[in-house]
Amino acid sequence: MSILGNRVLRKEDPKFLTTGGTYVDDLPLEGAAHVVYVRSPMAHARIRSIDTSEAVSAPGVVAVYTGDDVDLEPMPPGAPFANPAMVRPWLAKGVVRFVGDMVAAVVAETREQAVDASELVFVDYEPLAVVIDPEAAVDNETFVHEEAGTNVVFRIPEDFVSVGMAPPEAATEPPGLFEGCDVVVRQRIVNQRVAPCPLEVRAAASLWEGDHLTHWTTTQAPHAVRGSLAQTFGVGEEQVRAIAPDVGGGFGAKIGGYPEELLVPWIARRLDRPARWVETRSESMLSLGHGRAQIQHAELGGTRDGRLIAYKLGVIQDSGAYPGFGAFLPTMTQMMLTGVYDITKVFFTDISVATNTNPTVAYRGAGRPEATAAIERMVDIFAAEIGMDPAEVRRKNMVGNDRFPFTTPTGTTYDVGNYEATLDRVLEAAGYAELRAEQRRRRGAGGPKQLGIGLSSYVEITNGIPGSEFGSVEVLADGRARVRTGTSPHGQGHVTAWSQLVADQLGIAIEDVEVLHGDTDLVPRGVGTFGSKSLQSGGVAVFQAAEQVVDKARKLAADLLEANPNDIELDKTNRRFHVAGTPSASKTWVELAQASGDEGLSAEVDFAAPGPTFPFGSHLVVAEVDTETGGVVLERIVAVDDAGRLINPLIAEGQVHGGLAQGAAQALMEEMCYDDQGNPVTANLADYEFVSAAELPSFETYSMETPTPINPLGAKGIGESGTIGSTPAVQNAVCDALLALGVRHVDMPTSPIRVWRAIEAAKGKK
Amino acid sequence: MRVKLEVNGVTHEREVEPRTLLVYFLREELGLTGTNVGCDTTSCGACTVLMDGESVKSCTVLAAQADGRSITTIEGLAEGEELHPMQRAFREHHGLQCGYCTPGMVMAAVSLVTESPDLDETHVREGLEGNLCRCTGYHNIVAAVLDAARSSREGAW
Repeated sequence: MSILGNRVLRKEDPKFLTTGGTYVDDLPLEGAAHVVYVRSPMAHARIRSIDTSEAVSAPGVVAVYTGDDVDLEPMPPGAPFANPAMVRPWLAKGVVRFVGDMVAAVVAETREQAVDASELVFVDYEPLAVVIDPEAAVDNETFVHEEAGTNVVFRIPEDFVSVGMAPPEAATEPPGLFEGCDVVVRQRIVNQRVAPCPLEVRAAASLWEGDHLTHWTTTQAPHAVRGSLAQTFGVGEEQVRAIAPDVGGGFGAKIGGYPEELLVPWIARRLDRPARWVETRSESMLSLGHGRAQIQHAELGGTRDGRLIAYKLGVIQDSGAYPGFGAFLPTMTQMMLTGVYDITKVFFTDISVATNTNPTVAYRGAGRPEATAAIERMVDIFAAEIGMDPAEVRRKNMVGNDRFPFTTPTGTTYDVGNYEATLDRVLEAAGYAELRAEQRRRRGAGGPKQLGIGLSSYVEITNGIPGSEFGSVEVLADGRARVRTGTSPHGQGHVTAWSQLVADQLGIAIEDVEVLHGDTDLVPRGVGTFGSKSLQSGGVAVFQAAEQVVDKARKLAADLLEANPNDIELDKTNRRFHVAGTPSASKTWVELAQASGDEGLSAEVDFAAPGPTFPFGSHLVVAEVDTETGGVVLERIVAVDDAGRLINPLIAEGQVHGGLAQGAAQALMEEMCYDDQGNPVTANLADYEFVSAAELPSFETYSMETPTPINPLGAKGIGESGTIGSTPAVQNAVCDALLALGVRHVDMPTSPIRVWRAIEAAKGKK
Repeated sequence: MRVKLEVNGVTHEREVEPRTLLVYFLREELGLTGTNVGCDTTSCGACTVLMDGESVKSCTVLAAQADGRSITTIEGLAEGEELHPMQRAFREHHGLQCGYCTPGMVMAAVSLVTESPDLDETHVREGLEGNLCRCTGYHNIVAAVLDAARSSREGAW
């Protein structure tokens, strides 16, 4: 019987539960100097002078470096299309562009000495006008990068048209976009900036041995780090060993290489001794990439009987001071523009701008949650406008099961879906009719505690970046298997899931599979863990490598047993190959591994999926809103998610849970705020509303499994779905509770003050 | 200054800077890196340990304050190979993912259940408000703690 689909407990856990994991800052590194960065307290300023003299002579200080000292080639542009004039310097030179921008690096014998000395670096700043509001940044005459002469990083569709990635006619809004619509609703929506907050902050440690660098770092993509380091230091990739030991969460923010991390090996080389760096949480809040940060202008049109016809979304994307991946999040918003609905006429625009804030990056969902949040909010507003139940509007417009593969008007091809079934299931599981009855009862009674019911149906794209992922399987002489995987996990349970895949193929115990990851000397190549890609890329590679190992073993067994390979069976129960019908003539894995000689029993696979996959689902949230205080209590979160075939439902559920919490947190609580001078006002975990257990209910989760034809496992990604579905469901629930009070929309986070103000404003209108 | 304290049953005596926080004493002096640091505002609870059986955030206790006290960290919770019922419950309920908050979360949960073995879900959620987790959404942590509390009431602790 296959162990795929079983709730196998994680192999990773005993270590984490007894000695704790081994994170970068836990590693001993004899003789390492400690690095602390001096960061700008100003959002935009000219550096008149930097006085490091006191710091240099402080106890234990080894060196102090400023931007002029760094003799590396400039950092590569953060993303394609990025204006070269907006490239980030290693350390600020002449100008600082956000609070947290790095001005100097202080290196000392101990961390405490480096911190103390960092306070002795005196910088004379001449304040400059700031650009904080992304809408105002578009036409502002103040530039984040003076040399660029603009704050605009990138425009859709113009920049796509100009490079031939979109046809000329795509440049302008199609004529008569909203023709045929009885009703068009419009709303400005803020998808606010949030902080990813992995529990482990960033850290790095570097050791040069001659021309060979070993670099430990908390990253989602160690092989990419190896590539960056080789490029930065002008050495071959074989001279760099990048190691991601245990990684305490990433959520997208640990994909890219940050100057803080890449400067550590520069310092180590310069000082000819090992160096290490770990940030504080308050530094992390300032300078680990932020997520989301879109302002959206949405228009949705349709008929009075609930048929959606046309949709227009204009995005302003805040990219922060040094535009990188964040500037391109809207490309994914565009891909997923129409969600689960069959809306034929659309127009999407984006202007990504630089501002004097921390750069934005991928954060759990990366551009797709923003698409879902917009369309799902607009569907509710449309439903309210025509007086139809929002579940009914959704049902009427969902892409039907007979339409797959389905290509959307923005050119995205969905593999397979069963959207209406997830809606039916969530309505039934939640008891939708009873909930609406209770809502009516409370509205009628007119008390302060009103009930909101929020729906969201989503589809999202996983493994969206083309390319292959590496996996290998080797059967060792003792009959155990060793796996090498290019997807380096940080909490996703790959060790367990990959062990299941191999154990299932080889017929050995899960405990007898060892999984190596996160070390570029142990794993020859790899891409990493992000975009919910691991199982359907790296997992499939391991699965196929295991299949190939079984084939090789079968042929070897046939040779040894003097039989035809086609007559050799693998008896997974007794863990041996035998001739069909003759169980006594058999060979075990140990015998075969030992007989395989120098060649060994192993296989390597670089699996390139023919395309991305599109998980989907429907979420329903019940919220109680106190209309006197604006306080919101999440009473229930019911989620139906379909990520294709599940290998380990326990782990998949865990991914959904985490996503639900993060999504609900954005909708309800979390926001990374800057004041109008660019001072961060939520820059530590006391001020930032990181969601805790106390604000959340237990979740009611259900899974459906519609296998994808895209890969042999039939699996899609599940890492980000929870976030994508839950955010608009929570927001819709809050808005739904206020609908009878005349409130049409409340932006996220739907904090008590915002809810209360919306209620008061609606009273004023009446 | 000199401090003498018991950590996981072993007495340690060390010369420390007066400003040394207990968490750095544990991590750097004693090499007990299971206890993590996740913030600098006493908000996240990753550094939670037991001091004389009660949970404290070791980032907000000076090593000097722990002089003469008994500390238990995640490394000292299991009895040899035998996991503590709370550790077992976290594993069985998949109450951890990246593992970073886990040592602190487990220690806080042990203290919470020891104090109030009869607790319900609301009590667990409020009791763990000072321990942040970014991966699990808390659902399985809460289930694990309730399960461990049940076993505690049944005398398994």
